[in-house]
Amino acid sequence: MGQAVLEVNDLTTKYITRFREDIYAVDHVSLRVEEGKTLGIAGESGCGKSTLALSLMGYYFPPLHYVSGEIILNGRKITGMKPDEIRKTALGTEIAYIPQAAMNALNPTQKVINFIEDVILAHNPTQDKKDIYELARASFEVLGLPASVLHKYPVELSGGMKQRTVIAVSVILRPTVLIADEPSSALDVTSQKMVIKMLKGLMENGFIKAMIFITHELPLLYNVADDIMVMYAGQIVEKATAKQAVFDPLHPYSKGLMGSIIVPESGLRSVKLTAIPGAPPNLKKPPAGCRFAERCKYVQPECKVTYVPLYDAGNGRAYRCILSEKTLREAYQHGW
Amino acid sequence: MAGEKRVCLSGMGVTKIFGFGRTRTVAVDHVDFKFHEGEVVSIVGESGSGKTTLAKILLGLINPTEGEIYFQGQKRDIRTHRKKQEYWKNIQAIFQDPFSSYNIFRKIDSVLMDCIHMRGGRWLPHAKKVEMMAEACRFVNLKFEELTNKYPFELSGGQMQRLMIARIFLLKPKILLADEPTSMIDACSRATILDYLMDLRNAIGMTLIFITHDIGLAYYVSDTVYIMERGRFVEYGSADEVILRPKQAYTRRLISDVPKIYEEWDLSTV
Ligand SMILES: Nc1ncnc2c1ncn2[C@@H]1O[C@H](COP(=O)(O)OP(=O)(O)O)[C@@H](O)[C@H]1O
Ligand SMILES: Nc1ncnc2c1ncn2[C@@H]1O[C@H](COP(=O)(O)OP(=O)(O)O)[C@@H](O)[C@H]1O
Ligand SMILES: [Mg+2]
Ligand SMILES: [Mg+2]
Repeated sequence: MGQAVLEVNDLTTKYITRFREDIYAVDHVSLRVEEGKTLGIAGESGCGKSTLALSLMGYYFPPLHYVSGEIILNGRKITGMKPDEIRKTALGTEIAYIPQAAMNALNPTQKVINFIEDVILAHNPTQDKKDIYELARASFEVLGLPASVLHKYPVELSGGMKQRTVIAVSVILRPTVLIADEPSSALDVTSQKMVIKMLKGLMENGFIKAMIFITHELPLLYNVADDIMVMYAGQIVEKATAKQAVFDPLHPYSKGLMGSIIVPESGLRSVKLTAIPGAPPNLKKPPAGCRFAERCKYVQPECKVTYVPLYDAGNGRAYRCILSEKTLREAYQHGW
Repeated sequence: MAGEKRVCLSGMGVTKIFGFGRTRTVAVDHVDFKFHEGEVVSIVGESGSGKTTLAKILLGLINPTEGEIYFQGQKRDIRTHRKKQEYWKNIQAIFQDPFSSYNIFRKIDSVLMDCIHMRGGRWLPHAKKVEMMAEACRFVNLKFEELTNKYPFELSGGQMQRLMIARIFLLKPKILLADEPTSMIDACSRATILDYLMDLRNAIGMTLIFITHDIGLAYYVSDTVYIMERGRFVEYGSADEVILRPKQAYTRRLISDVPKIYEEWDLSTV
């Protein structure tokens, strides 16, 4: 195993709504991100991907609350640290987060360079503006963005350019881990490809040491991630290499997801897409047993009543289902 | 299969120009097409290529600047309100953003009731109408009892899109135009929506016109694919022909830009 830059053990966080209801959107999640690797997180919308991303930074503000578990970032335990301390010593420098739709949240009255100044000055208030400009220009050059972008307002940039700018700014302080949440979902395919190429280049160019990439688009995830975690209703239901997750999924939900993949490649037309019927459970009152049981083709009577842990399948692989690997694979191959 | 079937909608030299002078945009530029009965056709292109404009022309929501549309062999005539109403019994649409398609002040049962009335069912007994609405909801796995008295905005995006399909089930048009019907819902629910659309096509034998930027989706659902680049159809043919053996550089680029799982996704092209 390589050196872990981020280790999360049994992390649980919850939202407390205005009506004082608890929503456990991240429920006993453990993960490990190694240096040089990209961890992918998949799952349908509402399963808790963005909440997990937020929770990983150890920096909580209402309505999101920490419940239990630990986060070790660069060998340092950040859970239990004061929010202010995390903000000063970790955010942006050790861990950076590009929220979903970040590019539409840019301040329209600020030029890109002012935006970068804010980011850097928040971290180091005495930095000289000339140095900041030089740093920004050099970073943009390595990342293949024209320096002219620095003097533009967000509205002057195309969607793809805006997103690449957001990424460049997010890594300007060389964070160890970058979390990219659906970074290309709103873009057309060509801009998406440019964004992905840039993200994949960040590690090679020494901007970051590891990445967490979140998307519900599986072909995309497959091409970006080394390992994939599939989330369902706040829990991890499968951990595997990208290849295993796509071509040999174990959990029935992962299997269903992989059966919904659409690519313009020969053979696709003869495959029947599998739709997963129904909807995920309400996270205010998650079922006691397997959370996927309601929608599962392979459901057993005990699935609905007993808590299903994440079983270790060896070699870093894990899945949350009471059926054996053999039974599942046979069911997928020969029908149930 | 297209060869033996009757042409239901076709166009010659269809063109739409917006604005003039410096703001002049040729959104649709002299396109010719023949869509056949029962066929699934996709129109694929990048954003801004003119797909939605063409869809609006096909629906009769805007007039072409030039060119003719033929419906069932006859030159289409929708010059009067009545003729338009008649035409819309034959052609219906589902749009990208399901929320924009409903009058938010009308409850769901009245949305469905309108469909029955449009098909001439105004004088049917109430119980029969309820049965028809319930059947349409069942078709897309919605529960009619749970929808009555609700407003469209109380539904999730996926439920809304299914309600749209339930409407089409009641309207039974000859042609259904779906403009990016799955781009607002996540990849996981997409298969469900596609399944319902294909089932619906089989159930009522309509022509399905998919408008999409997703070439993988076009490949999966269509018999015939038209590729649109800057207002023009640059290539068309059977789905296998166009996707597996593309002739135009533009088509090849569209295909190369989407991530693959069997072949290498070449990032060096951007
Ligand atoms: N600010 C919030 N307050 C309360 N609940 C929230 C909030 N944000 C998200 N949730 C709930 O948490 C769950 C997970 O949401 P999210 O992390 O956004 O999922 P994803 O990113 O996978 O789409 C959902 O059920 C959502 O409704
Ligand atoms: N009402 C309009 N007025 C002026 N230009 C328009 C109008 N509608 C569309 N256009 C222009 O026509 C072109 C094609 O747009 P559209 O048909 O929406 O493309 P697509 O659906 O393929 O994204 C674009 O350049 C767009 O800006
Ligand atoms: Mg999200
Ligand atoms: Mg459009």
